Amino acid sequence: MKIVLKQASVIPGFGLTLGYTVFYLSLIVLLPISALFLKTATLGWGEFWSIVSNPRVVASYRLTFGASLVGALINAFFGFIVAWTLVRYSFPGKKIIDALVDLPFALPTAVSGIALTAIYSSNGWVGRYLEPLGIKAAYTPLGVTIALTFIGLPFVVRTLQPALEELDPATEEAARSLGASRMQTFLRVILPAVFPALLTGFALSFARALGEYGSVVFISGNMPMFTEITPLLIIAKLEQYDYAGATAIASVMLLASFAILLVINFLQWYSSHRYRTGV
Amino acid sequence: MAATISMLKGASNSPVGLARSEENVWIKRGLIIVTLLFLGFFLFLPLAAVFSAALEKGFGAYFASFDDPDALAAIKLTLIAAGIAVPLNLVFGLAAAWLIAKFNFAGKSVLLTLIDLPFAVSPVISGLIYVLLFGLQGWFGPWLAEHDIKIIFAVPGIVLATVFVTFPFVARELIPLMQEQGSDEEQAALVLGANGWQTFWRVTLPNVKWALLYGVILCNARAMGEFGAVSVVSGHIRGMTNTIPLHVEILYNEYNFVAAFAVASLLAILALLTLVAKSLVEWRARQELAAALEPTMIKD
Repeated sequence: MKIVLKQASVIPGFGLTLGYTVFYLSLIVLLPISALFLKTATLGWGEFWSIVSNPRVVASYRLTFGASLVGALINAFFGFIVAWTLVRYSFPGKKIIDALVDLPFALPTAVSGIALTAIYSSNGWVGRYLEPLGIKAAYTPLGVTIALTFIGLPFVVRTLQPALEELDPATEEAARSLGASRMQTFLRVILPAVFPALLTGFALSFARALGEYGSVVFISGNMPMFTEITPLLIIAKLEQYDYAGATAIASVMLLASFAILLVINFLQWYSSHRYRTGV
Repeated sequence: MAATISMLKGASNSPVGLARSEENVWIKRGLIIVTLLFLGFFLFLPLAAVFSAALEKGFGAYFASFDDPDALAAIKLTLIAAGIAVPLNLVFGLAAAWLIAKFNFAGKSVLLTLIDLPFAVSPVISGLIYVLLFGLQGWFGPWLAEHDIKIIFAVPGIVLATVFVTFPFVARELIPLMQEQGSDEEQAALVLGANGWQTFWRVTLPNVKWALLYGVILCNARAMGEFGAVSVVSGHIRGMTNTIPLHVEILYNEYNFVAAFAVASLLAILALLTLVAKSLVEWRARQELAAALEPTMIKD
């Protein structure tokens, strides 16, 4: 059997666009990223392991993963409510609120970082009310979680909105006419249908939070073993010209991101596949 | 990623009727209140905080913050970086979208994943990879030093890092739309005697112009606001290699809060303009879609 590398087409420009796309992609993305892995490969296994399992580095993984996870969970819960409200209900100012959901995408991270710090520091708009309760937000892991929730917020809302819109009202009608209560309809009919989208939004929000730097560094206070996130540790190593250390930690983070990217791709394939076969 | 794509589709053609929302009115009100509180806390409050802190000492102090050569140099450098990164990624986006939407070939899905890669990479790592290539101890470091070319801690490094982080934006907006549109119209144009470029300019480009514009707007917002990646390669030389976000950081760390928030408010205004532009583009795209779907009989 002959392997078909490219289906015949009357449209011109295959060679040109393929050549340019691959060239530009290699130059800007692939070559630099492979530099990172090649640099890591020059470290011995022992050296690599001692860098990436150093207690200060492990503490930063714990904070980065933990805060990203909590942030993504908060976003999954409230993002669901926001998406539901925006799709199903009408209320004054809805269009403006819908547009504002993308603010964390559009607002530069340094700006959101200093703004969140100003709000949650002990004399800030929210911080001053938390302080008497014994809750410190700025310069603690709580502050890191708040920043990571902020930057992941649009993902869940924006992946759920189209899924909720596409739901066929007839299935809900059917559930109701068969005697299901509203809650049963929600749990058994609506939730399973939009669950892949919810999971995708959650994973996107988590992935974005893992690598986030700008919005966190101001509110975290950057204390080693306490509020130091992994991306910051990479920068700290670089500033000491410890390229090997920075590279080793970066390759761990990069592998984690790739793993999540694979999961997201799988989820998207799964939900579109399921949708197509109508199961 | 998928989220930004779905944005363009928006809450447009949904057949939502009143019959569908059958919750108890109190549950409904409660959910609306939760939505408003959550978004108020997480979106409105930070935005308001920027402008409130910037104007804390009045408009005089606010405008005085921009009367600073370092701030002006930062604004200029940001415009240069975005001015190079956006056109480069625009051309790439068009080429990649044409390739992926119009042809079927082996390795297409791998290519799609690779185009998305910069989204999955932490901004800090996006800067680091260029340091490993062009820094003093990097692959090309010694060669560059010999020829007296500076990339890291200089403007070229900032441009490169900006190009990397904004790499997929235009492509990601165009690819799904062009895939959906297929290539029937292009084939018709070619059969009628148009050449490839004519087909591209007269048929394809007009069909995707709103998605293209939207991609450019997003790409530009990210290019001007990028912090982590640029921070790694810039070296923070005042008046030389500082972009607007880096200048904000320096002012903030010097406890010059009014100036920091004043400069930050520029970026916040840019973000708000981006959101407005996005809404306008969506609205225009929907209008054209509605006009196209309208039966011709009604028109005359």
